[in-house]
Amino acid sequence: MPKITFFTHEGKEFTVEAPVGSTVMEAAIRNSVPGIEAECGGACACATCHVYVDKAWQEKTGEPSPNEEDMLDFAFEVRPNSRLSCQIRLRDEFDGLIVRIPERQG
Amino acid sequence: MPESIETDVVIIGAGPVGLFAVFELGLLDLRAHLIDILDKPGGQCAELYPEKPIYDIPGWPVISGQELTDRLLEQIRPFDPVFHFNRMVERVDRRDDDGFRVVTDEGDEFSTKAVVIAAGGGSFQPKRPPIRGIEDYESGSVFYSVRRMADFEGQRIMIVGGGDSALDWTLNLAPRAERVTLVHRRPDFRGAPDSANKVRALAEAGEIDLLIGQVAALEGEAGMLSAATVKLVEGGEKRVEISRMLPFFGLTMKLGPLADWGIELRDNLIPVDTEKFETSEPGIFAIGDINWYPGKLKLILSGFHEAALMAQAAKRIVHPDEKVVFQYTTSSSNLQQKLGII
Repeated sequence: MPKITFFTHEGKEFTVEAPVGSTVMEAAIRNSVPGIEAECGGACACATCHVYVDKAWQEKTGEPSPNEEDMLDFAFEVRPNSRLSCQIRLRDEFDGLIVRIPERQG
Repeated sequence: MPESIETDVVIIGAGPVGLFAVFELGLLDLRAHLIDILDKPGGQCAELYPEKPIYDIPGWPVISGQELTDRLLEQIRPFDPVFHFNRMVERVDRRDDDGFRVVTDEGDEFSTKAVVIAAGGGSFQPKRPPIRGIEDYESGSVFYSVRRMADFEGQRIMIVGGGDSALDWTLNLAPRAERVTLVHRRPDFRGAPDSANKVRALAEAGEIDLLIGQVAALEGEAGMLSAATVKLVEGGEKRVEISRMLPFFGLTMKLGPLADWGIELRDNLIPVDTEKFETSEPGIFAIGDINWYPGKLKLILSGFHEAALMAQAAKRIVHPDEKVVFQYTTSSSNLQQKLGII
């Protein structure tokens, strides 16, 4: 199973495992990683699972879809590497993925 | 004083569970009024995921949030529910004769025998944008909707966002304001392409300012804004003198005023019993995602079950002298008459 490392805004590190096919948001919620709210439950409808993808992983995880880009309008301090973690579906090659959690969600 | 609307039951929240409650109450001859802060029925199903598939509604291998809402509306039509949209219930007061007085933020007043809270995750309210110190200006300078145009006449207005609200108000207020500055984090807009084109044309003609970036800081005193600094995507910052700000950052769910109704809460949920789904206040019920009991699952189907049992208990409150005979819609001519089938 791919391992994902979350860094909170305060710099706390959480490394969790999650099955291929699940999302980065689900990995955070299942493992009680603080700072991911996922108010809409993963429907790409709220922007409260916003993360910054580590620059080294940006190419692999790809660009947000137009719908996701629309929802990012509602997120806090959006940067070029911003994604909604419910829209990043895990693949084998994402093992070691690093994402950072913003100071706050929306 | 507006006239009070008399009804058997007031349902707070017109999401799927609130809608189905109309059906279960209707079979027992109870008339319901529904109040919702949104401008349409369906709650989260309509607001958050109208197009998204739901796979766990019994009998529907897959159904979208909007379709489920439409089907429920069709199902409850025989009971003629009355909807009151764009309103938030502010107060629920117990009256001396044991009924309740329900008051909304628009001043509507209801006189009812029972109250059903089917408020899901709470009420949808405008999201406060991620700008430090913005709450200091919310009493006089920062507005999340335009209720009175006069508040904006001749003002220097900054509108923030890229959806239809931001675009429409930019177009509406541009001729009335001293100056409108629209701030959006990217050159593409979520809102209708036609409105976006009109906004771009106004900007090119110099009628408004369009800034691509994010608001970084606010200035002002005594609750009144004087300027905002925008961090531009192209680099650098721009300070704009403003007297009003209209941020449009979508909606979020908040518990809202129900915390003040004297009902016992537990982690922002309402504990209920699992026979009647009644709260700590007799006559006030809570069904759907907003309630809590041991083993609670936040599923639409659980809310439907809760609505059916709640209705039995509400019946005993509204018509205490009537005997309730359990009947099936499939075979009861009495129920079929109510449904308009025979």
